Amino acid sequence: MFFPSSHPWVEGETLGEHLEQRGVNRRDFLAFCAEFTAILGLSSAFTPRMAEALQQLKRPTVIWLQLQECTGCVESVLRTAEPSIGDLVLDLVSLDYQHTLMAAAGHAAERALQASMEQNAGSYLLVVTGSIPLADGGIYTTIGGRTAQTIIEEAGRGAAAVIAVGACAHFGSVQAARPNPTGAVGVDQIITDKPVVNIAGCPPIADTVTATIVHYLTFGRIPDLDHDRRPLFAYGARIHDQCPRRANFDAGQFVEEFDDEAARRGWCLYKVGCKGPATFSPCPIFQWNTRTSWPIGAGHPCIGCTERNFWDTMTPFYERMPDVAGFGIERRVDLIGAALAAGAAAGVAAHAVATGVHRVRQRRALPVLDQPPQGKEGDRG
Amino acid sequence: MARTKVVVDPITRIEGHLRIEVQAEDGRIADAWATSTQFRGIEIIMQGRDPRDAWAFTQRICGVCTVVHAVASLRAVEDALDIRIPPNANIIRNMIHGMQFVQDHVIHFYHLHALDWVDVVSALSADPAGTARIARQVSPWPNNSETYFREIQDRLKRFVSGGQLGIFTNGYWGHPAYKLPPEVNLLAVAHYLEALDWQRDVIRLHTIFGGKNPHPNFLVGGMASAINLEDTATINAERLTDIHDMIKRARRFVEQVYWPDLLAIAGFYKDWAAIGGGTGNYLAVGEFPERDVRDVDSLYFPRGIILGKNLEEVWPYDHEKVREHINHSWYEYEGGDDVGLHPWQGETKPRYTGPEPPWEFLQDHDKYTWMKAPRYEGRPMEVGPLARALVAYASGHEEVRELVGETLGRLQVGPSALFSTLGRTAARGIETVLLARRLEKWYNDFVARIRGGDVQTFTRDKWDPRTWPATSQGYGYLDAPRGALGHWVQIANGKISRYQCVVPSTWNCSPRDGEGQMGPYEASLVDNHPLVDPERPIEILRTIHSFDPCMACGVHVLDAQGNVVTKVQVQ
Repeated sequence: MFFPSSHPWVEGETLGEHLEQRGVNRRDFLAFCAEFTAILGLSSAFTPRMAEALQQLKRPTVIWLQLQECTGCVESVLRTAEPSIGDLVLDLVSLDYQHTLMAAAGHAAERALQASMEQNAGSYLLVVTGSIPLADGGIYTTIGGRTAQTIIEEAGRGAAAVIAVGACAHFGSVQAARPNPTGAVGVDQIITDKPVVNIAGCPPIADTVTATIVHYLTFGRIPDLDHDRRPLFAYGARIHDQCPRRANFDAGQFVEEFDDEAARRGWCLYKVGCKGPATFSPCPIFQWNTRTSWPIGAGHPCIGCTERNFWDTMTPFYERMPDVAGFGIERRVDLIGAALAAGAAAGVAAHAVATGVHRVRQRRALPVLDQPPQGKEGDRG
Repeated sequence: MARTKVVVDPITRIEGHLRIEVQAEDGRIADAWATSTQFRGIEIIMQGRDPRDAWAFTQRICGVCTVVHAVASLRAVEDALDIRIPPNANIIRNMIHGMQFVQDHVIHFYHLHALDWVDVVSALSADPAGTARIARQVSPWPNNSETYFREIQDRLKRFVSGGQLGIFTNGYWGHPAYKLPPEVNLLAVAHYLEALDWQRDVIRLHTIFGGKNPHPNFLVGGMASAINLEDTATINAERLTDIHDMIKRARRFVEQVYWPDLLAIAGFYKDWAAIGGGTGNYLAVGEFPERDVRDVDSLYFPRGIILGKNLEEVWPYDHEKVREHINHSWYEYEGGDDVGLHPWQGETKPRYTGPEPPWEFLQDHDKYTWMKAPRYEGRPMEVGPLARALVAYASGHEEVRELVGETLGRLQVGPSALFSTLGRTAARGIETVLLARRLEKWYNDFVARIRGGDVQTFTRDKWDPRTWPATSQGYGYLDAPRGALGHWVQIANGKISRYQCVVPSTWNCSPRDGEGQMGPYEASLVDNHPLVDPERPIEILRTIHSFDPCMACGVHVLDAQGNVVTKVQVQ
């Protein structure tokens, strides 16, 4: 998405002019807008508005910091799966600083960062992958001799908005798992004075990142978020409620152990540890790698990687969730559904301004993990 | 003449955070220090966890080589619990890991390494007809037309004239070390873009077997992706066809684009076949077991050690002879800084003694990195594609010998050229070609087994912790794209009591040891190494990138004092 594009979008040119240069006709463009409108979960009435907004755009600057991380989120973004015109729109940001891809190194790289932050002060999008280790003066991650904390604080000051991509930027991920030896924290623990969006997942699906950026560019604000600052268009529903194997769950058709006859028939993985009932994620809908498959689709239980602290709250991964069983779940699911609907309605009312993001909505129906075990697991399989 | 201190931090176009400091003298590098500047402590976090979860935790050590730590972890746990996985699961893991190699090496060449050799700005003045002529001489790839290259060049012109250079800002364009004619620069830029689309396609093999990439899912005892030709949710004919086509497209791109480009570009940089050699010791643990993982005779890339650049002799490898040292690393040992510890006894407590950030130089400090210094019988060892190619070559591996011979012949250089910066980059291409071909064989083996009625992908007899011994320990080896990797696990009462990894970039990026022996990065930077302009240190990038650094992998820690993590469980 962020690569030198075929006909680069030059300064001063609107996107409309630019697309014309690249031979993209208005019909294709509207089709793309309609597709993105759908991904974002908006009514089709928004399509013309999105088209109009996108056409007026100037090429925006993105600064991407890679802090304490494994680079998996960057790799995920490299696999972004848009329709080709989506690539087109999104490779059109000016990516001024990005370690994995940039030609310059050392001082030359750091000068590029400083120059971009100055020239685009107040207007650039800051994308962050990786956590910030705070223990022992921050010496567990340094770049150019400066700590991750110093670097993100400085970059945060001039950012218009911040997109925290992946579990590390979200809450610290694996290095923050108990006992969190380096004191790793997520971005929203450091940047508290402007909008931060958490694109949760270890790693997240690339399309979620790109769609969030499209949303920002189109509507001039970040999308509505859930209680954990995750965009509702991607994280608004539980895996369990969208799972193609849900019918097997309801029918009591369970995989009892891997590679048994039930596994070979694609039945429900709940009993071998699936965390889908406690996980809000776009996996079943967006799917992975140009919609090739997704974890449950490939026969492995969900490990809950879009949820905060999942390395501690969702492990052991192969242990079944004790109280998501039998008929009890049905009633609970109804409650969750109702609570979500109420939350969404409140959100719509609140989102008139960009600061709407600060109105953190409580989503009451949450990981059923908080509840004590109850009853006997429903073994109807 | 006075030496100049030079710092390159961040080293970009790698995985993770690496700092290189050198002293330059008369246009050459006189001394060098490699520093890893990130630490995460994952092995502390492993303690007290369910060993069946270990693959997922260790997988997150690295998202670039996203398969290797997971599979090394599975092998360690399966070794400890004496689990034999079914042949189908072994083939699936080989296909996943094989495609990881192929995809990762191509990305490395075009997106991480190429800009050290390819001047993007120079491509603007190329004659696209000339590029097409050159391309057609070396490859039948269908995009070798003048029209195609002209279109790429037009894109590039608009990009540069726009003034917002994005990722190309402040590159060392026009540096005298760039030697390619404009036409070849344009060829490489075109394939830089094409490779982006290609990598996204072929890696979907991981998604079919593991549900996603990066970080596909694995399973102790086999694989979770069940085979059933008569179901929609399993590995069936539709999935198999997709996989087979990906394998064919992977091979075609490697043979018709990557490999010809590599040889064409290398031909202009033959002086780099005498630069950046380094330690001269090479270690390969071997990879791609075609029978059970314990049967090292079945490894497609053989195991062994080469010492002192001597290709006449291949020494056996024994993991018991690995020791890790911390004389120059920010850790402390119970027995003091001068002991070396085997991973079974591995202890590491981080103890930072460097200057308070922000800092200017680390080279004046005794300890200067988060990387430990692994040594094999006291020697620093280079690991990675070159080590594998040399061990295979010296062991008489026919396919490797043939391709090495062809490469040396095409470049008109002798075998000593292998021990160099260019040799490392060429060896990476050689194994990519071989694996792109081998994938086809594994796929055929897989289909033949299914045809014969074997659909088993998982061994269930040791899944239940009640079947495990009270204590056990296991070693998992794996030769990853970046080199030899080892995971060591100790299990007590169903939980991990100790976990240790020694990974490729720990070997290659290791600091000096107690004897003052440099690690491979450092040693290569002082081996006949130029540095013409310290402000534009492109030569340093060439040699460091030839190793394909993966820094997040390299840094790890185990606290031998216990600090057992509270048992974590879903309530």
